[in-house]
Amino acid sequence: MPAKVENGNAGCVTATEAAHRAIEALRAAHGGPVMFVQSGGCCDGSDPMCFPGGELALGEGDMLLGVLDGCTFHIDADLFEALGRPRLLLDVEEGTPGGFSLAAGDGLHFVTRVREPRNKAS
Amino acid sequence: MQRCCSVPVPSVLSITTTVVMEEDRKGRVMKYEAPGRPGSPVDVAPRYENFIGGKWQAPTTGDYSPNLCPATAKPICEVPKSGAQDIELALDAAHAAQPKWGEASTAQRAAALNAVADAIDAHREELAIAESWENGKPVRETLAADIPLAADHFRYFAAAIRAEESSITEIDKETVAYHFHEPLGVVGQIIPFNFPLLMAAWKLAPALAAGNATVLKPASPTPWSILKLMEVIGDHLPPGVLNVVNGPGAEIGKALATNKRIAKVAFTGETTTGRLIMQYASQNLIPVTLELGGKSPNIFFNDVAAEDDDFLDKAVEGLVLYAFNKGEVCTAPSRALIQEDIYEEFMGRCLERIRAIKQGDPLDTATMIGPQVSRQQVEKVASYVEIGLKEGAELLVGGHRPTIGGEFKDGYFYEPTVLKGHNKMRVFQEEIFGPVLAVTTFKDEAEALQIANDTLYGLGAGVWSRDTGRTYRMGRAIKAGRVWTNCYHQYPAGAAFGGYKASGIGRETHKMMLEHYSQTKNLLVSYDTKPLGLF
Repeated sequence: MPAKVENGNAGCVTATEAAHRAIEALRAAHGGPVMFVQSGGCCDGSDPMCFPGGELALGEGDMLLGVLDGCTFHIDADLFEALGRPRLLLDVEEGTPGGFSLAAGDGLHFVTRVREPRNKAS
Repeated sequence: MQRCCSVPVPSVLSITTTVVMEEDRKGRVMKYEAPGRPGSPVDVAPRYENFIGGKWQAPTTGDYSPNLCPATAKPICEVPKSGAQDIELALDAAHAAQPKWGEASTAQRAAALNAVADAIDAHREELAIAESWENGKPVRETLAADIPLAADHFRYFAAAIRAEESSITEIDKETVAYHFHEPLGVVGQIIPFNFPLLMAAWKLAPALAAGNATVLKPASPTPWSILKLMEVIGDHLPPGVLNVVNGPGAEIGKALATNKRIAKVAFTGETTTGRLIMQYASQNLIPVTLELGGKSPNIFFNDVAAEDDDFLDKAVEGLVLYAFNKGEVCTAPSRALIQEDIYEEFMGRCLERIRAIKQGDPLDTATMIGPQVSRQQVEKVASYVEIGLKEGAELLVGGHRPTIGGEFKDGYFYEPTVLKGHNKMRVFQEEIFGPVLAVTTFKDEAEALQIANDTLYGLGAGVWSRDTGRTYRMGRAIKAGRVWTNCYHQYPAGAAFGGYKASGIGRETHKMMLEHYSQTKNLLVSYDTKPLGLF
């Protein structure tokens, strides 16, 4: 599904050096881009899920936060509002990826950290 | 490798619906030896295999991963790191076993499930210790709740399948519609880490009762306790009816959920994965049940403090139940809503109770809260507390990793924590999955309801009041599948459990699950010998 940049949201998510390197390695391994979808709820609450590009069917309710090295990063629009419209930083840490997420390398998984939200919730 | 446990099995009546502290009542407090050490009733092999076709089978990949103990951060054993081919082998075994199992009488299947329940009861202590050591939950909880509830679940569905009847409709004098429940066939089931054995029982019992065979994938942090369960119950089911394959979600989970050879997939876990699984299911046109996340409100009306009695004490405990299972529960009462005129006094009592929570060795029966299941979980909890403080929440208690000495110094412990704020904060909207309570106040019933429903989720809720008209009104208006009324964290079989909104689809722990695992065959029979006259 082609990535649509909507509402000028590109730039809402950035990545650390380690995350960029992990994405590069995954792209090489998969022969194409991967995709990120911010998780909501339960055991892997704030981890971004990483899938082969196009794996998860995206829809109207998914908001594109940005594109990192040709890989889209989406979040559920309702979740984005509930989180106070955060700006996210994609990083890599030791640990096991949750759900069906791809690993970020040997023994590593992707995590998201939050920068100051654009709209501080009142 | 099945030995009988020498600890007397407690009466089912006293343990299945409430957490009853047998040891405390007798005044004994016990500290169990860690599995594998001298004196422990639990053996640990250096390495475990998959359980396929009634046998232990090495993964075709030849790969294994270490399985860590969260209390010590040290390895317990190695478990299989399987590949997609191992899922195929498990499905082969399941398909070979399913027809005979599906055609067995309900009495025969019920007898097998009751034998499974008896085996779990007979090995209660071993399974409780193993699960506690691997997951970090306190052994007093596994002994009194997790394991007995798991056994009871098999008994409930053994009874439900025996009692099941189907309907007949007389269409007209010579035409009758007969309805039969038939199994779906082979199903795929994926469970989370927070209640490994109980979640396995919730999935397995209805699926097997209905005549299906299953391939189960345990969660990555907690595979070993499931394999110990197979040691206990494996011989009580025909080979191939129940298969367990362990490995990373991206390979094993996907290989199972996308497989054309399963007739249904059941999943408990996080929302995005649930969505992906539903998508895979739609590609193969199979049904799916999902139990996803929650941010359950626990609502305390001012009349709980009308008397200083048992009920007030129960309500205080009800709030503190956010720390049950170290907060790693999809239905954790992680948002407390307290009516403003009783807030100071009520919260005061609760904080006193929270400060008294004993944290430490999960195998000590005096321990009330153990470590979080993994390092990444405890770090996530810590980062949420930081987020909460940055958002302006007030820290009432906790907020640190405690210092626990000795062999537990590297354990993934987090102090029971309370943050006071308002419902628009991230810590009120996101599922933290740890012992962190977000507390706020409300003026009246209308505001309580508005705050309660202001969430993406709808799994659980708690309502506390002496006015049952009010509890009924609130319960019916809250958009959640389970509304605990003047109680919390009770999971008896026979009470339906499942989510509204983003919390999932389908209901578990109730005989309606049998329908989720069956299909209806209609025989439309004509006793009329005359042709229609059409052709």
